[in-house]
Amino acid sequence: MLAQARACFKARLRMTDIGSKHALRMANQINRIVIIGAGQAGGEAAVRLRQGGFSGDITLIGEEPALPYQRPPLSKKYLAGEMDLERLLLRPASVYADENIAVLIPLRAVWIDRANKRVRLEGGRELAYDALILATGARPRKLTLVGADLPGAHLFRTTADADAMRPSFLAGAKLAVIGAGYIGLEVAAMARQKGLEVTVLEAAARPLARVTSPEISGFFLDEHTAQGVRFVLGGQPAFIKGKERVTGVGLADGGEISADLVIAGIGVNPETTLAQQCGLRIDNGVAADGSCRTSDPSVFAIGDCAARPMAHYQSRMSRLESVHNAIEGAKLAVAALLDQPAPTVEAPWFWSDQYDLKLQIAGLFQGYDRMVLRGVMADRAFAAFYYREGKLIAVDAVNRPGEFLGAKMLIQSGRTLAPDLIADTSRPMKELVAAAT
Amino acid sequence: MPKITYIEHSGKEHVIDAPAGQTVMEAAVKHAVPGIDADCGGACACATCHVYVDDAWLAKTGEASSMEQSMLDFANDVADNSRLSCQIKVSDALDGLVVRLPKSQH
Repeated sequence: MLAQARACFKARLRMTDIGSKHALRMANQINRIVIIGAGQAGGEAAVRLRQGGFSGDITLIGEEPALPYQRPPLSKKYLAGEMDLERLLLRPASVYADENIAVLIPLRAVWIDRANKRVRLEGGRELAYDALILATGARPRKLTLVGADLPGAHLFRTTADADAMRPSFLAGAKLAVIGAGYIGLEVAAMARQKGLEVTVLEAAARPLARVTSPEISGFFLDEHTAQGVRFVLGGQPAFIKGKERVTGVGLADGGEISADLVIAGIGVNPETTLAQQCGLRIDNGVAADGSCRTSDPSVFAIGDCAARPMAHYQSRMSRLESVHNAIEGAKLAVAALLDQPAPTVEAPWFWSDQYDLKLQIAGLFQGYDRMVLRGVMADRAFAAFYYREGKLIAVDAVNRPGEFLGAKMLIQSGRTLAPDLIADTSRPMKELVAAAT
Repeated sequence: MPKITYIEHSGKEHVIDAPAGQTVMEAAVKHAVPGIDADCGGACACATCHVYVDDAWLAKTGEASSMEQSMLDFANDVADNSRLSCQIKVSDALDGLVVRLPKSQH
């Protein structure tokens, strides 16, 4: 397959020789591509460069010991011990070997010299590049509290984090989750299924406050409560209690949550240290254009570390933390680097599995002025459609995959559905989408 | 180990040894079979691992769940033998399975 792709690429080069001089120059200049960050975005970029016909050097540098893996199962099947590392890996080691991708793990890049196009690695080795892809991801926000470094207090981002907490993740143990975002609620759901006692502490007045509407927050609050999760809303942690290991979380109002295990999921910060050090433009992440190119034309930024203009939202700059964004960033950067047609830009999409609830999200709901429900929450299968000035901008679908995919298609193609049609569940989603304008 | 044959839209065949317990999607992705994107990694969240099951195997692969069927409603070029390959688990009974890939997953 690969040999064929390379042959095609060479043939294409010969054609471009006669055609666009620019394309030839681009392709000729780029012989060495260095990718910093071996998460899903970095790994996808490496493999897709080869699939796209790039035959030069590809070096993938990652500070975690594992090959690129899927992060979403970490807070679900991987934590529960139902999925091992081999299955978590996006691709086995043989694929990188077969595709001649040099994977340097675990190793940290410590300096970028843009003027001379070199990356310095810890230990002093330097790599020259013709094009650089930053896929440095994000780091979980730390609890800046006394006791936050006690054994039994965890952040959640990596396999190492999951491996460290799994031995304590046992039936009967008391778990305090700090932060009721998606990760916090997924951990809470898995913990209840494993028989832990769970308390969720959240500073806002409702769970998922930053990522969805009050109605959907209310639904998930009720579901978790019915499953036996205790919530402390509007509560601030003041310190992590314990001598040799965690015994609880002290609250700012004087209360206390007793806990054997504390897991904090209070958001992430984009990892922009290297980008800042070498003077790239930063805008809530490494600022990039629609093809993921940064303020330096030889440097691209993709995945959680990067902000780029949102094609379906008046090009407003957003930094997305999602699998979709990791894959799409890789596709866009690779297409730009190889001077190939850009892929279709999808409407942003996300998902979260909690208990038997599959939440699928299409679009960005921020700034909505109207929400219409399709179906009823009591059925545990419904979808919330978000509108802004009459235009569909997002959907949260719970156990309603058709509504999710249908809405995603509509948002992507700039079409909309009248809110009163949405509420009519007698007409299937497929029919509504076909009739949309 | 069960063997599964993936036939790309172009007609190119890939014969893969797929361990029982993995899904038909996972076996393809781990061997970099082009044409199965599987963006969500098998969470039945994206419908980008659409395949056509060879007619001879339809009875053995079973039927799509209602969740899967709702996703397939919005996949490209859906046919009666369309499935999401993340929802087909490999077993010894599927040794020899043949699936064909659509022109595009997006």
